[in-house]
Amino acid sequence: MSNTLPLLEVRNLRVEFPTRRGILTALDDVSFDIHPGEVLGVVGESGAGKSMTGAAIIGLLEPPGRIAGGSISLGGRRIDNLPAKEMRTVRGREIGAIFQDPLTTLNPLYTVGRQLVETMTTHLPLNPAEARRKAVEWLELVGIPAAAQRIDSYPHEFSGGMRQRVVIALALCAEPKLIVADEPTTALDVSIQAQVIALLKRLAREKGTAMMLVTHDMGVIAETADRVAVMYAGRIAEIGAVRQVVKHPAHPYTIGLMGSIPPISHRMPRLLQIEGAMPRLSSIPRGCAYNPRCPRVFDRCRQDRPDLLDAGDTRAACWLYDGADKDAAHAAAESGYTEVRRG
Amino acid sequence: MADDLMLRTEDVARHFDVSRPLIQRMIAREGRRTLRAVDGVSFDIPKGTTLSLVGESGCGKSTVARLVVGLYAPTRGRVVFDGRDLAEARSDAAQRRRMQMIFQDPYASLNPRWRVRDIIAEPIRAFGLTRSNAETVERVGQLLTQVGLAPADGQKFPHEFSGGQRQRISIARALSSNPEFLVCDEPTSALDVSVQAQILNLMKDLQARLGLTYLFISHNLAVVRQVSDRVGVMYLGRIVELAPAETLFTTPRHPYTRALMEAIPDLDMTGRQRIPVGGEVPSPITPPSGCPFHPRCALANDRCKAELPPMLPARGTPAAKVACHAVEEGRDGGPQAAVRVAERGGMLAAS
Amino acid sequence: MVAAVQRFFDSDIWWSFTRSPVTVISAIVAFVCIAGAVLAPVIAPHNPFDLASLQLLDAFKPPAWSEEGEPTYLLGTDDQGRDMLSAIMYGARVSLLVGFCAVVMSVLLGVSAGLAAGYLGGTVDAVLMRIADIKLTFPTILIALLIDGITRAALPRDVHDQVAIYVVIFAIGFSNWPSFARTVRGSTMVERNKEYVQAARVIGLSRGRIMVSHVLPNVLGPVLVIATLQLGFAILAEATLSFLGVGVPPTQPSLGTLIRIGNDFLFSGEWWITIFPGIALIVLVLSVNLLGDWLRDALNPKLR
Repeated sequence: MSNTLPLLEVRNLRVEFPTRRGILTALDDVSFDIHPGEVLGVVGESGAGKSMTGAAIIGLLEPPGRIAGGSISLGGRRIDNLPAKEMRTVRGREIGAIFQDPLTTLNPLYTVGRQLVETMTTHLPLNPAEARRKAVEWLELVGIPAAAQRIDSYPHEFSGGMRQRVVIALALCAEPKLIVADEPTTALDVSIQAQVIALLKRLAREKGTAMMLVTHDMGVIAETADRVAVMYAGRIAEIGAVRQVVKHPAHPYTIGLMGSIPPISHRMPRLLQIEGAMPRLSSIPRGCAYNPRCPRVFDRCRQDRPDLLDAGDTRAACWLYDGADKDAAHAAAESGYTEVRRG
Repeated sequence: MADDLMLRTEDVARHFDVSRPLIQRMIAREGRRTLRAVDGVSFDIPKGTTLSLVGESGCGKSTVARLVVGLYAPTRGRVVFDGRDLAEARSDAAQRRRMQMIFQDPYASLNPRWRVRDIIAEPIRAFGLTRSNAETVERVGQLLTQVGLAPADGQKFPHEFSGGQRQRISIARALSSNPEFLVCDEPTSALDVSVQAQILNLMKDLQARLGLTYLFISHNLAVVRQVSDRVGVMYLGRIVELAPAETLFTTPRHPYTRALMEAIPDLDMTGRQRIPVGGEVPSPITPPSGCPFHPRCALANDRCKAELPPMLPARGTPAAKVACHAVEEGRDGGPQAAVRVAERGGMLAAS
Repeated sequence: MVAAVQRFFDSDIWWSFTRSPVTVISAIVAFVCIAGAVLAPVIAPHNPFDLASLQLLDAFKPPAWSEEGEPTYLLGTDDQGRDMLSAIMYGARVSLLVGFCAVVMSVLLGVSAGLAAGYLGGTVDAVLMRIADIKLTFPTILIALLIDGITRAALPRDVHDQVAIYVVIFAIGFSNWPSFARTVRGSTMVERNKEYVQAARVIGLSRGRIMVSHVLPNVLGPVLVIATLQLGFAILAEATLSFLGVGVPPTQPSLGTLIRIGNDFLFSGEWWITIFPGIALIVLVLSVNLLGDWLRDALNPKLR
């Protein structure tokens, strides 16, 4: 995977929100790549900045939020500083977007067919008749029964799960190279969720589309993603191959996060829990943002902010993995772990 | 036996009139439309135990929660609270005090204009549980400490707290009337997973310490597994399987229960391919004939389409009561471990 | 108390207020108008209603800066020799009193009706809202004229003059309540289904208590906005009625009455008798309305 050139390169991305009480840094120093055909999962709890990362990439940051530093490149071309009009073209043609609520993407006044046809004729060299034929194909592909008849229905005539399928068709029909999917299954029921995830996965693989999948659900990530970035307080805490991060997390936050997911296979007397809550953007602690909640905290964590460091098979923003501090870290680890287990 | 039951529901149903206004009905020449949110639900909750109801949105589980605390009156059937009819028990403050409810949305369940201390003290004042204001203040402080907050937090307003802390305040309010029975409607589904663990642990501790009885409503099977003694699986206003938690999770019997288990994303990364459930939940305004699950069920036959299956002890796992003709007739292949369901490739027709 | 004051100056409302120069100016102007009106008996240079001090010789004096003006009569005098500035201050007092009382009456009627309709629903809702619909089909002025006509016919003239101000308050107050009722009904229906109301119902609180202590505080935000905008409207309605001669009697002239009186002299050259009360009315209503507009935006989370 790493021998191809990355499709999306995000480097040191910084997003700020100017407010009356000063500038809030919502994202800080976020860097990652997505290669063609790859699914990158982005997980985190609410307020971690995962959705904002997606919004920054598709150029839909909610004002007054703004990109204050770093760069976003798609296929080698900077897209973070494009004028709004050019960005709209990029958004339709090269990046497709899927949001949590299908109703925000679909125009309630137009039939789904018209929306698909318009998207395709705008971005692809197709005439309306061809586009309509393709629209039916797309609806069939995403599993809408009787697509040829349903193409002239309005969004409200579809159920929630079917609507999300239409949104997926709409995001994919211009054949973009990258899809940014923000909580695409959160609003759906469990049984429908599984259908939609399977569909997304299959289409991404068949079309060779890269995908950035933003969700709070580790299970969805484990099923769908190739690599995963775990976000905490506006930064990436850990990034690596999904199997490594899920099975052998390195960052204490990821360990806590994975541990607090209730298992279905057996009943635990107590769940592992992380004490406290994620800090608000206005009061992110000095040093490592996780240090007040971390069972393995030591002095350096309260002073300096760690960057992503090699931690076995993944990369983690944690001083435990800095060579110079291994001894101190080890001592903290010993005491910290017993604490977690007692938790 | 009856003395040990905290709550019992007997064939409880709740229908809602969702007809359009009279004039529009006359123009469209249509009759009244009834939404059968809950349509004949029976279960017992022994004192000190947790019964969970699990199902997808629209299955009626939240309506059951509201029926059980008297927010809705049943259209049919009856709810018995500690041996007395619910309506009768609700009219007596001494009985009403014994039941409380925790809600899903920690942002909507606390009055934004009230201070936390007044929110928590409201049940205490309403039931006259303390003799003086000083005693109330002390009790509120105790309650806040009990749920892991500080007594000084009572001065603040709800918006100054995070979602998890608000849910703790909600729990403190529910506990303030010294209840014995708590109805928890999706108490953690609006929370982040690390905070969810905190709240679930807190609820378990409180149950152990105060001997509480819970009716726990959730759509999340993994959460249900952690808290329940018994579990009821709901589909389209009915319970389709009711079993001890251990039995249900090791040998799910109803095809819908199996489908739900199947649909859970696989965190253990065994690499198994999931076969998703086909189709969607039908509208409770126009439910299918016979067994409500038959349009999505791979085992459905003519009998399933015509005849509503009753709740019967399942062949092979008699601790579980299942409403399924296939299980009754032995057409489902008998009890099998949850994992084997996956290996067989699921029980459901793909769409 | 100190903490409450501190919290206010730290709040988003105060911040948004200081960020809007138009609003700050409106607030200052409105404050000056209201203070001038309320304190008129103390600070007005003359008492226009003290017959003993009126000098008919001083009638029709133009404003102080014109050639024939006198410095004691800053804005000139009217046909009876009353100081215009003082008359305007006393007149604004009447206008504000009528406007304020009418709005209070609309709020009381409208909020109670909206709360009951929204929370109780069903027949109560249907009946109250149909009454509001019917009310909305009649223009305010028409209702006010009707009420005035009835009271005029029913009461002797001197009694009518005494109660005229209450009749005007009632007429305006009664015609404005539906806008409050509708807004409150809408927000009540939203709040009613929120879980904190259900929590109160689980405890077994009575409907009245839930409405007053839980729902009411959460539906008052928009009421404050409408009340501010309606204050301007009520002052204008009173001025219109007084201008038409069915408002407050000339013995207690409001701004509208002053404009009507001055209107008779407009074409004979004594323009100041009608123009200054008119400007006062415009300034007062405009500043109140601008404040209301700002309040609406500041309390609307979507526009922030």
